[in-house]
Amino acid sequence: MTRGAQAVEKAIREANKRGEAALIPFIEGGDPDFAATEDLLWALAEAGADVIELGFPFSDPLADGPIIQEAAQRALRHQPTIDQFLDLIARLRQEGFKVPVVIMGYLNPFFRYGLEAFAQNSHQSGLDGAIIPDLPLEEAKPWLKIARKHRLASILLAAPTTPSERLERIARSSTGFLYYVSITGITGTKEALPEELALKLDLAREVSPVPVAVGFGISKPEQVKALSPHADAIVVGSAIVKLIAEHEGEKSKLPEIVGRFVKELKEATRR
Amino acid sequence: MPLPDKFGHFGPFGGRYVPETLMPALFELEEAYRHYKRDKVFKKELDFYFKTYVGRPTPLYPARQLSKKLGGHLKIYLKREDLTHTGAHKINNTIGQVLLAQKMGKKRIIAETGAGQHGVATATAAALLGLECIVYMGAKDTVRQEMNVFRMELLGAKVVPVYSGTQTLKDAINEAIRDWVTNVETTYYVIGSVVGPHPYPMMVRDFQSVIGKETRKQILTAEGRLPDVLIACVGGGSNAMGFFYPFVEDQMVKMIGVEAAGAGLDTDEHSATLTVGEPGVLHGMMTYLLQDKVGQIKGAHSVAPGLDYPGVGPEHAFFKETGRAEYVAVDDKEALSGFKLLSETEGIIPALESAHAVAYLANIAEKLPKGTIVVVNLSGRGDKDVAAVREYLRRKSDD
Ligand SMILES: Cc1ncc(COP(=O)(O)O)c(C=O)c1O
Repeated sequence: MTRGAQAVEKAIREANKRGEAALIPFIEGGDPDFAATEDLLWALAEAGADVIELGFPFSDPLADGPIIQEAAQRALRHQPTIDQFLDLIARLRQEGFKVPVVIMGYLNPFFRYGLEAFAQNSHQSGLDGAIIPDLPLEEAKPWLKIARKHRLASILLAAPTTPSERLERIARSSTGFLYYVSITGITGTKEALPEELALKLDLAREVSPVPVAVGFGISKPEQVKALSPHADAIVVGSAIVKLIAEHEGEKSKLPEIVGRFVKELKEATRR
Repeated sequence: MPLPDKFGHFGPFGGRYVPETLMPALFELEEAYRHYKRDKVFKKELDFYFKTYVGRPTPLYPARQLSKKLGGHLKIYLKREDLTHTGAHKINNTIGQVLLAQKMGKKRIIAETGAGQHGVATATAAALLGLECIVYMGAKDTVRQEMNVFRMELLGAKVVPVYSGTQTLKDAINEAIRDWVTNVETTYYVIGSVVGPHPYPMMVRDFQSVIGKETRKQILTAEGRLPDVLIACVGGGSNAMGFFYPFVEDQMVKMIGVEAAGAGLDTDEHSATLTVGEPGVLHGMMTYLLQDKVGQIKGAHSVAPGLDYPGVGPEHAFFKETGRAEYVAVDDKEALSGFKLLSETEGIIPALESAHAVAYLANIAEKLPKGTIVVVNLSGRGDKDVAAVREYLRRKSDD
């Protein structure tokens, strides 16, 4: 069974071959608690997630809007550790959980854990990669080298403010996929997606050797449908996290509620 | 080779750990800064405002009464940043940055503030130069520093309370960065200390270096030689860095940065980042941080609101590692004695932040050899603190 960058890229390409954009749902690990995260991961997989983005909560999430900030605060009550996340992934893999999982988190907790140890343990546990939003290309070199050594996906981000020459360099250093941020802004914005987004995605895909995923501010099946022809993968975060927050009190129903929404999103990825 | 390098690194510290959306803006800012730094007109304008508006040069005052009180064997000088317009060194940086923003054609200024000092200084510069100004402030701080909120509003700024996280300075910085990420095309972010992603630590240091440059000239005139010891308080580290930097090459000048030990270094209630923190990444920089075992950032505390920050400028982290400067901490109680000491001996009520530097001098005075020339950077005046100090002393006498 392949894992790591290769598994992430393959999952996206396979969805594309089926005539779909891949769907990458995001949840914050430990929100509302760790048992719920485990159930939610299974629900996401069953609903058709092609890759899953699992958030590691941080005290100072400066690229996130209120919805994910609050999710992080809820998760932090349980004092999560990286080992706890890796143990969960290892257990899921033993139980036959196949969907690639990448962790999304701010640099400091990984740095503190030690990047080398983190990569090695991730590889062993079956975590496939990481997205670190406060680690731009110029600072990423040490991490890229370590991730490559352990065959993990080191997913870099490009934004609407990124000039095209720079985007190409970022895409060439990114493994698994390139994360294209749809808006000039933070996660969970309610503003309409920019008109030129489809065009920008087409351009990004032309120069990127890895699949291009689009995320930030995508919350509805209609948006997914509109973007599917222009993106190899689509990330939906805040909309799912918001649903979890709204049903925090009904933990037993969470997997079903979230699963239903993700299924709808997945259906909208058909081109 | 002068630091930082082209990536903004001071050894392992500094850098640009920000979302990609901001990277092009940081490149643009660095380019604009490097251009205007050498631009004759810009330099002339900055100099004009420093002289006619800020009140520079500030005096270097020989504090004879304080010297006498501390044993009579030292030559103590105070660099009087407390005499600047708005009452603290913060204005040196905000005039520089807001002028730069104006040159770059930005119409909208944002800033973060903890105690409100940097917010007031930014609102002042924005009023002076006719730019819109929005200041993010932790919701808790807006209550604790109510008068400064009103001051900023008088100056035409909009103060936005921040309810996330610990509702203090670090969260105000997060929120300012989120605003910047969203409005980066039109907006200039004025950071208030030698912190944040490159080029801020370098740029703020350069604007604040006017403190050290003047001090150098003034002490040479007064004493015919360089000082032996420089002492400054360290929150984010801008007054200390601006004071130290022009002396960096003078190895015989000892530099001491004084952090806030708050309720004590053995408690969780302090801001002694360099003294007991560990390296990590926050607010766009690699530096020393107050953090827990898994890398979550801890809240900071000090009786001096301007020192209440769980990070510190990356160049200070570098000075600590190379040993070029020494970093120490004094607690709330000692800072209050420093506050009283300077008020009573010299008739100068210092900011509680600056009182930390005074207190540390009082602690070590006895051990310094006869004839030692010490300069303390008096970063600000204490008017803003008198109500809080009265409250503190009342509570203590009740205990
Ligand atoms: C008077 C005064 N001194 C010192 C500081 C601490 O900042 P820095 O360490 O950047 O000089 C502040 C911050 O508000 C201040 O108001």
